Amino acid sequence: MKNVKIKIDNIDLVVPEGTTILEAAKKVNINIPHLCYHPDQAIKANCRLCVVEVAGSKKLTPACSSYVFEGMDVQTNTKKVRDMQKGILELILANHNQDCLKCLRNGNCELQALCQRFNISKTNLEDTVEALPLDNTNPSLVRDSAKCVKCNRCVEVCQKGQQVHVLTHSHRSVHYNIAPAYEAPLEETFCVFCGQCSAVCPVGAIVEKDDTQKVWDAIHDPKKHVIVQVAPAVRVALGDEFNLPKGSIVTGKMVAALRRLGFDKIFDTNFTADLTILEEGNELIKRVTEGGVLPMITSCSPGWINFIEGRYDHLLDHLSTCKSPQQMFGALSKSYYAEKMGIDPKNIYTVSVMPCTAKKYEAQRPEMVTNGVQEVDAVLTTRELARMIQSAGIDFAGLEEDQFDNPFGIGTGAGQIFGATGGVMEAALRTVYEVLTGKGLPSLNFTEVRGLKGIKDATIKINGMDVKVAVAHGLGNAKPLLKQIEKGESPYHFIEVMACPGGCIGGGGQPIKSTMDVKGKRIEAIYKIDEDLPLRKSHKNPDVEKLYEEYLGEPLGHKSHELLHTHYHSRGMKYDFSELNK
Amino acid sequence: MSKTVSFITENFGKYDPNSIDSYLSIGGFTATKKALAMSSGEIIDIAKKASVRGRGGAAYDTGRKWAQAAAVPGDDKVVICNADEGEPCTFKDRNILSKDPFRLLEGMIIAGYTVGAKNGYIYLREEYRHLRPLIKSAIQQSVDKGYLGDNILGSGFSFHIHLYSGAGAYVCGEGSTLIESIEGKSGRPRIKPPFIKECGLFQLPTLVNNVETLAIATAILQNGVEEYLKYGTPQCPGTKIISLAGNVKNPGAYEIPFGLTLREIIYDIGGGIPDGRELKIFQLGGASGRTGSAALLDTPYTYDDLHKYNLVVGSGGILVVDDRTRVIDFIKSIQDFFIHESCGKCTPCREGNRQIAKIIDRFVAGTQRPDDLETALRFANIMKNCAFCGLGETAQSSLLSAVEHFPEEFGKTEVASK
Repeated sequence: MKNVKIKIDNIDLVVPEGTTILEAAKKVNINIPHLCYHPDQAIKANCRLCVVEVAGSKKLTPACSSYVFEGMDVQTNTKKVRDMQKGILELILANHNQDCLKCLRNGNCELQALCQRFNISKTNLEDTVEALPLDNTNPSLVRDSAKCVKCNRCVEVCQKGQQVHVLTHSHRSVHYNIAPAYEAPLEETFCVFCGQCSAVCPVGAIVEKDDTQKVWDAIHDPKKHVIVQVAPAVRVALGDEFNLPKGSIVTGKMVAALRRLGFDKIFDTNFTADLTILEEGNELIKRVTEGGVLPMITSCSPGWINFIEGRYDHLLDHLSTCKSPQQMFGALSKSYYAEKMGIDPKNIYTVSVMPCTAKKYEAQRPEMVTNGVQEVDAVLTTRELARMIQSAGIDFAGLEEDQFDNPFGIGTGAGQIFGATGGVMEAALRTVYEVLTGKGLPSLNFTEVRGLKGIKDATIKINGMDVKVAVAHGLGNAKPLLKQIEKGESPYHFIEVMACPGGCIGGGGQPIKSTMDVKGKRIEAIYKIDEDLPLRKSHKNPDVEKLYEEYLGEPLGHKSHELLHTHYHSRGMKYDFSELNK
Repeated sequence: MSKTVSFITENFGKYDPNSIDSYLSIGGFTATKKALAMSSGEIIDIAKKASVRGRGGAAYDTGRKWAQAAAVPGDDKVVICNADEGEPCTFKDRNILSKDPFRLLEGMIIAGYTVGAKNGYIYLREEYRHLRPLIKSAIQQSVDKGYLGDNILGSGFSFHIHLYSGAGAYVCGEGSTLIESIEGKSGRPRIKPPFIKECGLFQLPTLVNNVETLAIATAILQNGVEEYLKYGTPQCPGTKIISLAGNVKNPGAYEIPFGLTLREIIYDIGGGIPDGRELKIFQLGGASGRTGSAALLDTPYTYDDLHKYNLVVGSGGILVVDDRTRVIDFIKSIQDFFIHESCGKCTPCREGNRQIAKIIDRFVAGTQRPDDLETALRFANIMKNCAFCGLGETAQSSLLSAVEHFPEEFGKTEVASK
């Protein structure tokens, strides 16, 4: 590609043709203000905060949507530019509910940072916030339109990335709003609660439903035995919240922090990820050998489950009947663990720390009940755990490393890679191959299913049979695979779908500013943990073996069926378009 | 009335717009036949020579626009006729559509032939729905007679015209918004680039022209460019259809040669102000245009002369307001319009209009605060400089110009600097 010479604030630089002014400025360490621009999204240019002066142009130029040209001379900090940018900020602020001290995004808000940068202390504008009612009646997300700056990042991620098509813009002028159609509350829409909207919102207009107080209350209740499980993707992202380098592996410090918070036992979801592989792997073997519904599709991602139950409910038979690792853990905590510890399941309070907002929804599903009690009592996102640690005054970076407790403390590398797209597939293949062939794998790394490509596929020869698999991450990428199944043209035996881009490491509950770059670093960290572990195959997890011996019997056995498997149902919200199609 | 002319509007009343035979009887489709015998380049040269500026309001040179559209590679292009005519005080296109629809169709065929388009779309404003049967019938009759459709008049050129109606949003007069609307999306402007000339309707290269612009193209090809250039002034030749309205005795759409003064237009053609009143304000180019005072009445109506006083031709609307109306009340009516019509997509337009409306309301009530005017002007300038599309950029034109011309009405003693 051709390079062009330009000047930004009198600094000469050469950038490739097709670079925007905003991106070019970043290269010379100039951060042009913006709210709607997001590096992983299409250009929107609707906040207008990024306007700059370009020599020869009478009007101001939006830096996010204007491309460089040879000889371009840009000024980003003139009086005119600053006055305009400040004015636009004042306009946004005047229609923004400024309850910053009570906002979950306090200290991590892009609007707040810009106001600080422009030293906005007083404006002549009248603050009048005209907003829709708070949408907080679902277990996962809270939408507060009084804080919405109408940047459309959430709309972009919901429509283009996830292709869930729930959030959209409605009405015009001062009534312009971002909301689901007819301003319905999220639970009455096809929302899958993936929370990707909350992860890209520059302000506190869409946030996770905060469950930290519920967890503090449980910890402080002397009658409760409070245990916690932590998902594989949390340990490679939590460090972000404490300014550690992106992709830092903080497993030991995280366990130490959880112990200080007062949890009675700290367990690893990797353990039930391994258990999932044994159940799901055997389910796959059964379907392939006994002629079951194929392709079989993974069921660990609750955003994905919500998606297929909503939009593709005619394909529910393709889903593995396995509960997700979170719910398998929950079920065991209220059965096996309760018995082993001699504690009434009613007095066990099971918390999970997840990179995910949909897990909050999943935990509330009525079928997720064991021995008459809810399997998982509270779900914290990575962000909420960080807030609890900060709230307790724990200096995270300085903590000594600690270790998970037994009996759910051992996880293999196979369980660990559940956190990255392609990980469940790879973990399953490691086990299925060895179970079916009785031979060791030549290499444990199935690199074809790794990486950030939207849809990946591979063929593995097992006992002379070509086993075809596919992996999709980001719900939009699942659609072509589902369309193939609908047409009866799917060549695959097994498909992994993760709702979020990058898999769980890119989950909607992960620290804010999880851009694709950051996701790449987290994925590296996930595979590093896997490589460094002595155990890398789920069926070699000694505690899982013990669990089958002591309690479950065998994979897909009666007890497994009762505790570890579930069924899915249509969300029953199909619109009837038959009239339109006539 | 002798100051009006009849070039674009020459067919008005001369034939029955319901009948293609009637149109053919007065020499209809001569322009099309002439065009089909020429090359694209020759037609572009004629358009350039005529130096017709786009009549929708943006005043972009039509010859240049056609040349650019023709130069875009691709064999499936689109011509859109913008018949959204949403500017308040603008009804010239309605006259063409209702009195001479075939001339418009010819203009589209000629434009389509020139730029190499296969399809044309007429985007008719929702409020003109009563004209749909007339236009549809004109299209159908043209197809039946071989002037539209496949292989027009055996030339090998095929062109199809489709009629679309908007849903009533003013912003859909903006080219890219209009395209969104035809595609079935909500009416909000598109990000540029890509430019619509390269990637417009259904992602095809697209040319958007106003009704009047296309009608002029037909008239010029039919009568010869020299005939057109006889009108107007040397710097600004030709004619223009204006929509004269408000407090004048004879409101209406008139075709005038460029160069008449505003006084001639308002007093000679329009018959002056009724009820013995005085002119207080005039506004040129619709709600998005700028206002002027009686002191500017001797300005000739040409692009350059108006520009000297920061006025615009715009849509060709000329609204006259007499001294019964306070300037601030007039400004409030404009502000109400834009509060209703902003699409809400960009911050300056959505929030700027919201805030300025409050200030204008205080001025109307006489409860303005000392810094209100300064604040309103500050945000009006932000809208002008930073809004996403032309709507937001021009929504405060009337306020900004009114403060310039009538500072005392806003409690200012000295004339505001530009």
